[in-house]
Amino acid sequence: MVNLKIDDKEISVEEGVTILEAARQNNIDIPTLCYLKEINQIGDCRMCIVEVEGRKGFATSCIQKVEEGMVVHTHTPAVLEARKMVLDLIISNHSKDCLTCTRNGNCELQALAIKFNILNIEYEGERTKHKIDDKSPAIVRDFNKCVLCRRCIGACKNIQNIGAIDCINRGFESCISTAGDNSLEDVDCTYCGQCIEACPTGALHEKDDTNKVWRKLKDPDIYTVVQTAPAVRVALGEEFGMPIGENTVGKMVTALKKLGFDKVFDTNTGADFTIMEEANEFIDRVQNGGILPMITSCCPAWVRFAEKNYPEQLNHLSSCKSPHQMFGAIIKSYYAKKIGVDPSKIFTVSVMPCVAKKYECTRPEMEEDGLRNVDAVITTRELSRMIKQANIEYLSLEDSVFDNPMGEASGAGAIFGTTGGVMEAALRTAADTLEGKDLGQFEYEEVRGGAGIKKSQVTIGGKEIKIVVASGLKNARKIMEEIKNGKADYDFVEIMACPGGCVMGGGQPIKNSKTRSTVDVRALRANALYSIDEKSVIRKSHENPTVKSIYKEFFGEPGSKIAHKYLHTEYHKQEKYNY
Amino acid sequence: MEESEKCTNCVDEKVKKEVNEILNQYTETKENLIPILNEVQVKYGYIPKVAQLEISNYLHIALAEVYGVITFYSRFTLVPKGKYNVSICLGTACFVKGSRELLERAKAKLGIEEGQTTKDGKFSLDTTRCVGACGLAPVFTVNDEVYGKATVKKLDEILDMYMSK
Amino acid sequence: MGKTIKEIEDIRNKKRAELDLRVNTNADTREKHILVCHGTGCTSSKSPEILERFRKLIEEKHIENVRVIMTGCFGLCSKGPIVIIRPEDTFYSMVKPEDCEEIIDSHIIGGKIVERLLCKDIDGTVVNKLDELPFYKKQMRIALKNCGVINPEDIDEYIAFDGFRALEKVITTMSQDEVIDLITKSGLRGRGGAGFSTGKKWSFVKAEEGPQKYVICNADEGDPGAFMDRSILEGDPHSVIEAMAIAGYAIGANQGYIYVRAEYPIAVQRLQTAIKQEREYGLLGKNIFGTDFSFDVEIRLGAGAFVCGEETALIESVEGKRGQPRVKPPYPAKVGLWNKPTLINNVETFANVTRIILNGAEWYSSIGTETSKGTKVFALGGNVNNVGLVEVPMGTTLREIIYDIGGGIPNGREFKAAQTGGPSGGCIPSEHLDTKIDYESLAQIGSMMGSGGLIVMDDTKCMVNIARFYLDFTVSESCGKCTPCRIGTKRMLEILERICDGNGTEEDLYKLERLAYNIKKSAICGLGQTAPNPVISTMKYFREEYRAHVVAHECESMECKALAKIMIDSEKCKGCDICKRVCPVGAVSGEPGKVHTIDQSKCIKCRSCMQKCPFKAIGAKA
Repeated sequence: MVNLKIDDKEISVEEGVTILEAARQNNIDIPTLCYLKEINQIGDCRMCIVEVEGRKGFATSCIQKVEEGMVVHTHTPAVLEARKMVLDLIISNHSKDCLTCTRNGNCELQALAIKFNILNIEYEGERTKHKIDDKSPAIVRDFNKCVLCRRCIGACKNIQNIGAIDCINRGFESCISTAGDNSLEDVDCTYCGQCIEACPTGALHEKDDTNKVWRKLKDPDIYTVVQTAPAVRVALGEEFGMPIGENTVGKMVTALKKLGFDKVFDTNTGADFTIMEEANEFIDRVQNGGILPMITSCCPAWVRFAEKNYPEQLNHLSSCKSPHQMFGAIIKSYYAKKIGVDPSKIFTVSVMPCVAKKYECTRPEMEEDGLRNVDAVITTRELSRMIKQANIEYLSLEDSVFDNPMGEASGAGAIFGTTGGVMEAALRTAADTLEGKDLGQFEYEEVRGGAGIKKSQVTIGGKEIKIVVASGLKNARKIMEEIKNGKADYDFVEIMACPGGCVMGGGQPIKNSKTRSTVDVRALRANALYSIDEKSVIRKSHENPTVKSIYKEFFGEPGSKIAHKYLHTEYHKQEKYNY
Repeated sequence: MEESEKCTNCVDEKVKKEVNEILNQYTETKENLIPILNEVQVKYGYIPKVAQLEISNYLHIALAEVYGVITFYSRFTLVPKGKYNVSICLGTACFVKGSRELLERAKAKLGIEEGQTTKDGKFSLDTTRCVGACGLAPVFTVNDEVYGKATVKKLDEILDMYMSK
Repeated sequence: MGKTIKEIEDIRNKKRAELDLRVNTNADTREKHILVCHGTGCTSSKSPEILERFRKLIEEKHIENVRVIMTGCFGLCSKGPIVIIRPEDTFYSMVKPEDCEEIIDSHIIGGKIVERLLCKDIDGTVVNKLDELPFYKKQMRIALKNCGVINPEDIDEYIAFDGFRALEKVITTMSQDEVIDLITKSGLRGRGGAGFSTGKKWSFVKAEEGPQKYVICNADEGDPGAFMDRSILEGDPHSVIEAMAIAGYAIGANQGYIYVRAEYPIAVQRLQTAIKQEREYGLLGKNIFGTDFSFDVEIRLGAGAFVCGEETALIESVEGKRGQPRVKPPYPAKVGLWNKPTLINNVETFANVTRIILNGAEWYSSIGTETSKGTKVFALGGNVNNVGLVEVPMGTTLREIIYDIGGGIPNGREFKAAQTGGPSGGCIPSEHLDTKIDYESLAQIGSMMGSGGLIVMDDTKCMVNIARFYLDFTVSESCGKCTPCRIGTKRMLEILERICDGNGTEEDLYKLERLAYNIKKSAICGLGQTAPNPVISTMKYFREEYRAHVVAHECESMECKALAKIMIDSEKCKGCDICKRVCPVGAVSGEPGKVHTIDQSKCIKCRSCMQKCPFKAIGAKA
C-alpha cells in the first residue's frame, strides 16, 4: 500500500494506481476528457492536471502513479485556471452546435462546460475545417466536433487492432482520419462502432436512419414490422435513466407498438433459426469432412473484417445469415404469405445494438425475390430518440409482449447478445441433435465471461469438439492467424467484433468515461441476458414451437434448398482500401 | 469486387517492384518505417500511394498509421515536388535579415503559395527552418543548391535562370 | 580484427608528428597544408570547388610537399569560404575558385602572402593569422577543439590528436562508477536545453536494472538559427561517437543511436564515414580493445519535425512513430527506447566528454561559473558583424560575445535585443548586456541557454513582430498532441497577428499573457512549456512597444506594415507627380510642382510611391 495525501485527506491505496484512480477511489473527483480506462491513457487533453508538492509544473493525474508521501492538490486556483483555459481552448475549436447534435445531453464536453461555468467564448479564432464523412451506411465522422482526445484511436488501434483511423497531420492541423483522408467506407474500417462508444462528443455517431423509419410509419400503405435484438432490451432503459443492464423488454415492446409498428417481433426467434441452420451446418461439416473450424457469421463487422483481411479463409465462415437478416427474409416470404400482405409493401426494421448491421442490411447478398431482407436498421440509441420524439414516457409504460406467431423465442436466442452466447446456443442444439435426445444440458460455463479468448473442449455425441470463443477483433485476428498458419485445431469458433459481444455493441447507449472506469457495463448487461435465458421455459432453439412449425410449413429441414435460399448467404473478398 | 476489376497500371507495378527492393533491405520491424519513408521520398520526390500500401503490408502497420507518420514529418510529401524546389529559409538568422521579403517575392514571381507546385510541375515553393548557413543569411535553396546573402534582386535573377532552363 | 591499443598508439605517434604543423606555427617540417573549410556555410559558397582547384593546380604544377585538406567549420562563417595555410596559419577569407591560382603561385611557390585575400577586421585592420582575429581571441575551444584542425573524414587525423585515448583510459583503467563520478565532478551539464547534470543523468540510467540499455545522441538540432551541433558533427564526428561509447561503458549499454536531421546531409555523411572507419579499426563493435566491452552505433534520420529534439518525441520517432512526446515521468532513464533505460545527451554535451576524461574533472570545473562549468558554443547570428560559431567559457557576458567577438552591430545601428534559446528562449534587452551567461542567469532574465542560438537584433526590429515570428514557428512545429500547445499557441499567434495588423486591443494583451502563463504550466513537453517564452520576455522588456501597437496603433520600427504611415516629406518633395501616378488607389493628391500629400484613409501601404520617388521624399513613419 502507498500512503499519500490528496486535498488534505490522508489516503492509502494500492501500489501502481494513478493519482486519478486513487482520488476517485476516495470520492475526490478530477475532471477528465481524453482518459478512457484501459483504452486511452495518454494525458493529452490536460484536463486532469493536478499539483504535486515539490514538483515543477503540473502532474498528469491519469498517468502519474502514486508515490509514498506524495501530497496532491486537485483544485488549487492555479490548477482551476489552467483547466479552464484548456476547456476554453477546446471550445474555441469546436462547432458548438449542441442543439442539433446526437450527443446533446450525453456529451462529456458539454458536461465539462456546465461544470466550469462556461458562459462566454473566451478565445475566438480559426477553426480546423474538415469535411464530414457520411459516405458509409454505418458511421458518420464530424471532425468539427472532435476534441482530439484520441479515445477512438485507442478503441480502433489498441483494442480492436484495426487502426482504420489515426491522427494525421501535425499541430493545429492535426485531425483524426483514415489513410489518405478517405471515407471509412473506402478503408479497412469494419464498422464495429467501438469508436463511437469511445467518443466523448458527437464527432463520431451512427448514420441516423430514424427519419427513414418515421416516413414509413406514417405511410398507411406500408406494413411495418420491427424486430429487436437481444442486447437492446437490457440497455434501452439506460437511455431513460434506468440502471445499467435492466431488462425492459415489456416497456420496449409497448413503446414500439405506440410508435405505430404494425408488428413487433423478437430477433431472438431469428436467432433460433440461425442455430437450427448453423448447428446443422456444423454437424454436416464434422460428419462429412467439411472445412473446419467453422466460424460463426452473425456479426457483420467480423464478416467485413474477414472479407478484407482473410479472403483465403472465408470458407471457414458459416454460410448462415445473421439472425435479423434471416428473420427479415422469413417475414417477407413465409410471413407475408401467411398474413396475405404483398411483401413489397412490408417494411422491415431491425433495432440493433450495432452500427455494422446498418451496413449488413445494404449488402447486395441480403435480398431475395427482389426484396431486401431488412429495409432499415436503427440502433438502441436511435430507438430511444424516437421514443423521446414521440413523447412517450418510457418509465411509466405498461409491459406488453411480442406479437405472435413470431414472437416466441428460446432462451438460447437471448444469449446471442453476449460473447459465447452463440456457441452455447449452438452446443445445446448440436448436442441434442447428435445424441438424438434431450440431454437436459443448458449451461456451458466455459464459454461465459468477459475474457477475450475462451478456449475449451466439449464432448457432444461422443465426439471431442474443440471450441474457441473470441470477442474483439484483436482476438479475432489472433485466432485467424492461427487458422491461416495451420496452427489451429479448433472445430467451432465464435467470433464477435465487439469486446464482450453485442451487449457492448457500437449502437448501444454510450457510457461516459467515469462510468466505464468504475462499472463493469458488460457484465451487468450480459448477466441480464443470462437471467432471461434462465427464466425462459424454452431454452433450446430446436424446441421453439414457432421454429418447429415454420420448418414444417415452409423450410422443411434445416439446410434444405429453400432454407438455403432465404437463410444462407455468401462472402467475397473485399479490397482493404478502395481509393 | 472481382480481382481483375482493380487493374493496377504499369506505373504502379513498377513502383511496387522498386519499393519492394527498398523494403527487402530492411527487417519487418516498425522502427524501420521512417528510414524507409526517407528512401522512398528521396527516390520519388514524394511517397506514392502504392508505396504506402507496400510499406504498410511489409511492416504490418495499419495504412492510416503510415499515413499519419507521413503527414507528421514535413520532409515527407504526398504529392510530387516541382522539378525545381525553391525553399526560402525562415530560420531566425535569415528572418532578421529579411527572408520574409524573399518569400513574398518568390510567391509573387512563381504565382504559387508555400507548399504548392506550379501547374507545369516546374517549380514548387517551400520554406525551411535553417539550412545551417546562417553566416550567409538570408539564404534560399533551389534543390540542393544554396544561395546565400540573398536579395530580392538576386532571387529574381536565379529564378529567371531556372525559368529559362 | 580490431586494432590493439598498441597499434592505435603507433598510428597516433606517427600521425601526430606528421600533423604537428596543424597546431604549431614553428613546426619542423617542409610540408604545407592548405586547409579548406567544408562546413555547410562554406560548402554552399563553393568550397568543394576550391579544394578541387587547389588539388588540380598542385598536380599540374608538380608541387611537392603540399597537401590540400578538407576540414570542419572554422567558425567565422560570414567570411567564408575560408582557406588557411599551415604551419604559418595564414587566414584567407571569401576565397573564390579563381583565387586559387594566385594563392598557389604567390604564397605556396613564391612565399608571398596574397594581401587582398586576407581578412579585414571591422575597423579595417588586415589580419594575417587566424589567432590574431578578435573573433577568436576571447574564445576557448573545447568542444570545437578539432574543428578546422583535422580532416573529419580521416580517422587517423582524429587519433593523432588524442583520439580514443579517453575511451582506452575508461575501459581499461576505470570502473563504471569512476567514470560517472568524474563526469559528475566536472560539473558538465546538458547542452541541449535545461542543463541537467550529465553525471547525474548517467548515474540514473546506470542504476536501472536490466540487460538492455541504450545511448542516444540527440543531433536533431532544430532551433532556427542554431548550427553548433551540425558543425561539431561535420568537423569532428569521432569525438561524439567516442563519447557515446564512453557513456555506453559507464551506464552499461552496448547500443547507441545518433538521431540526426536529414536536412544535414554533410553531417550525416561524415558520421557514416566515421562509423565505418571506427568499425574497421574495431573501435566500434565487439570486444573493443580486446576487452569485454562491446558497443555499436547506428544513425537514425529525423524527417523534419522540430519537436523530435524533445527526448521522448525523439524516442517515439526512433521507434518509427509520429514524434509525439510522452508524458513524464517516467523519464527515459527508466522507460526509454522500446521501454528500456535510455541515456539521451546532445551532441555538444558528448563533445566535452573526452576532454574531461583526459584532462580531469578539476581542469573542467575550473572553467566557467559557480553553477555552470566549461564552455558553451553559440551560433552567433542576426544583426552582428561576425556571424559564426563561437565557443566561450561560461560566464562570458553578452556584451563580450556581441561586441568583442561579434564585432558589434553593422550599419551603424543600435543594439536592441539578443535572443537566446531559440523558440524556447527569450529576448534580452540592452540593460542585461553585462549579465554573465550561464544557465541560471539566463533563466533569471527570462530566457534560457537552449541549444545555443544567439541572434542579435538591431533597433530596426519590432519586438512584437519577433514574438510573432517565434510563435509562428511553434505553431507550425507543434506536434498537436496536447491542447495547450495545439490550440493555445495558435490562439496566441492569432492575437499577435491581430496586434501586428493594427487590430489588437488592450484586452488582447491581457489574454495573451494569461494564455502564455497557463500554457507554460500545462503543456506536456518542453516545446509547449517554453513556447510562450518569446512572448513573455518581450512583453516584460518591451511592454511599451506592445502598448503602442494596441493603443496608438503604432509600430516604431515600422516592421508591422499595417501600422506604418507612408508620408511625404514636404521639404524634399518637388511635386514631380510620379507618386500620384504610381499610386494604385489614388491616395496621393497635389498640384504638379507643389508638395504632395497622402490620404492615410486610402493608402494601402504598398510602398510603390516610396520606391519610385526620385527625391527620396517618401518614407514610412510610425
